[in-house]
Amino acid sequence: MNVQAAITIYRFEMSRFRRTIFQSLVAPIITTSLYFVVFGAAIGSKIETINGVSYGSFIVPGLIMLYLMTESINNAAFGIYFPKFVGSIFEVLSAPVSSLEATIGYVGAAASKSTIIGLMIFLTSNLFVTHDIKYPLIMAVFIILTAITFSLFGFIIGIWAQNWEKLSIIPTLLVTPLVFLGGSFYSIDMLPEFWQKVSLLNPVFYLISGFRWSFFGTSEIPIVMSLIAIVSFMTICLAIIAVIFKTGYRLRT
Amino acid sequence: MKNLISIENVSKTFGKYKALNNVSLEIEKGEIFALLGPNGAGKTTLISAICGLCRQSSGNITVNSFNTVTHYKETRNQIGLVPQELPLDGFESVYNSCQFSRGLFGLKESQGHIENILKALSLFDKRDEQIFGLSGGMKRRLLIAKALAHEPKILFLDEPTAGVDVSLRRDIWKLIEDQKKKGVTIILTTHYIEEAEQLADRVGIINSGEIILVNNKTALMSEFSKKTTFIRLNKKLNDHSFIKENKRISIIENGMTLKLVGINNTSNELQALVNSLSQRGIGFTEINTVDNSLEDIFLDLVKAQ
Repeated sequence: MNVQAAITIYRFEMSRFRRTIFQSLVAPIITTSLYFVVFGAAIGSKIETINGVSYGSFIVPGLIMLYLMTESINNAAFGIYFPKFVGSIFEVLSAPVSSLEATIGYVGAAASKSTIIGLMIFLTSNLFVTHDIKYPLIMAVFIILTAITFSLFGFIIGIWAQNWEKLSIIPTLLVTPLVFLGGSFYSIDMLPEFWQKVSLLNPVFYLISGFRWSFFGTSEIPIVMSLIAIVSFMTICLAIIAVIFKTGYRLRT
Repeated sequence: MKNLISIENVSKTFGKYKALNNVSLEIEKGEIFALLGPNGAGKTTLISAICGLCRQSSGNITVNSFNTVTHYKETRNQIGLVPQELPLDGFESVYNSCQFSRGLFGLKESQGHIENILKALSLFDKRDEQIFGLSGGMKRRLLIAKALAHEPKILFLDEPTAGVDVSLRRDIWKLIEDQKKKGVTIILTTHYIEEAEQLADRVGIINSGEIILVNNKTALMSEFSKKTTFIRLNKKLNDHSFIKENKRISIIENGMTLKLVGINNTSNELQALVNSLSQRGIGFTEINTVDNSLEDIFLDLVKAQ
C-alpha cells in the first residue's frame, strides 16, 4: 500500500485549511455565538427545559452536528472538485495511488477539518452554557463517524459535480433543510403527531438524536438506531465510491 | 535495443468517435521518441492511455513488461508526465507542489532533490512563491519539475514548448537532452517539427487515430528526402507552354521564380530547363536548392493519407 501517497494528499489538503484558518474557524465561531444569542437567550428564555435539559444546552449537540455535517460535505466536495476544476487531478490519477489511498487522503483531511471545527463550536458553547457530557466516548465515536461519513458523501458530490452550482446544490437544497428539520433546535415531541412521523423519515434526525444522547443520556429514539443509521449511510457511501473508482466515473475518460 | 513500452492493438472510442484505431507501437529504452500528428490525431489520448488517465477500449499496453491496467502501480511508478495544459493549484507554493508530486509516488520528502531540479529549471528563487504568481513559462517549467520530482525512468512530454519563447524552448531542449543522457526514455509530442528534428531518435506520425509511420529520424529523412530548386529569373516568364506538362514545376512570385520539386541529381532536368529558358531569351539571377525538412515530410504524409 502507498501509505506515503495517502499522507501526502492528507497534508496537502490540511495545508489548504491552514492557509484559510481564520476564515475556517472564526466564521463558525461567530455564527455559533449568534445562534446562542438568538436561540439560546431570546427564544430559550420562553422555553424552560426539554426533557429536563435547559434549551441553551439542548441545542449544543444539534449545532455541533449542523457544522460537522455541512463542513464535512463542503470540505470533501471542494477538496476533490477543485483539482478536477483546475485540471491538477491528473497528478493523482497518473500516480501509483489506489482508490483507497486517495479516499483516505481526501476524506481523512476533510473529516479532520470538520472535527476541529466541531470541537471549536463545542468550546464556544461553553462560553454560553454549562453542561456535562454523560458519555464522552460515545460522543467522540459519533463525531468521528459523522465526520467520516459526511466527508465520504461530500467526496461523492465533488466527483459528481461538473460545475460550481452542482457543487453547492445538494448541501444547500438537501442537507441543510434535513439538518434543520432533524431536530437540531427542537425535540420532535414538540411537533404535532403527523410531523413527528415525517421526522422519522429524516436520516439526519437519527444522528442528532444519538449525538444528543451521548450528552444527556436521553433521546427520542434508542441509541442503537442512531448507530445503525450512521453505519448504514457510511456503507452506502463507501459502496458508491468503490463503483466510482472502478468505473472511473467523471474522473477518467 | 530493448522495448520499454509496448502498445498492442490499442483502440479508444468516445461514443461513436474513434480516437485511437488499433494502434501498435514499441518505444525503445533510452530513446527520445517524437510522436507527431495534427490536432485531434490522437497523440494526447495515446499518452493518456499509457499513463492511466484514460482507459483504452481494447488492446494492451505494457511498461517494462507490466500491464498498465492490471499492474498500474508498477507502470505508473516509472512514468513522469508533463501535460499539454497548465493544470496547477495556484495557491500552493512551488516547493510544496513539487514535494506533493514526489509524495504521490510513495517517496519521502527530499529537499536536496527538489532543490536541484528547481535550480536546473531556474525556479529556485521562486520556490516559496505561490504558483499563481508565476509567468506562463515558469509554470511550464514547474510542470517539468513536478514530473521529475520522483526521478522517473520514462518521461512523457505533451507539447512541452507550446507557447514558450525561443530562449526557454532551447533551455527545455537542453533539459530533455540531459535527461536522455541520464538514461531516461522520453516520449515527446509536439507541433514544432523543428523540435522533433532537433531532439528525436525516432519519429512516429499519427493521424486520425492511426499510426501511419514509425522510423528512425535519419532514415526517415533520407527515405523521403526531396530537393526543391528555386530559379530566380531576370525577367517575367509569360510563355508557360514549355513547362505545362511537368507537374513538379510551378511559377511563383508573379512569374519571376520557377519552383522545381523533387529534382533528380543524376538527370539533366535542370540543365534542360535552363536551356529552354535561354532559348526564350530569359536568364536567371540565382539558383537555390534546399532539402525538404521533417515538416515537409510530415505534411506530405498526412496529406497523402
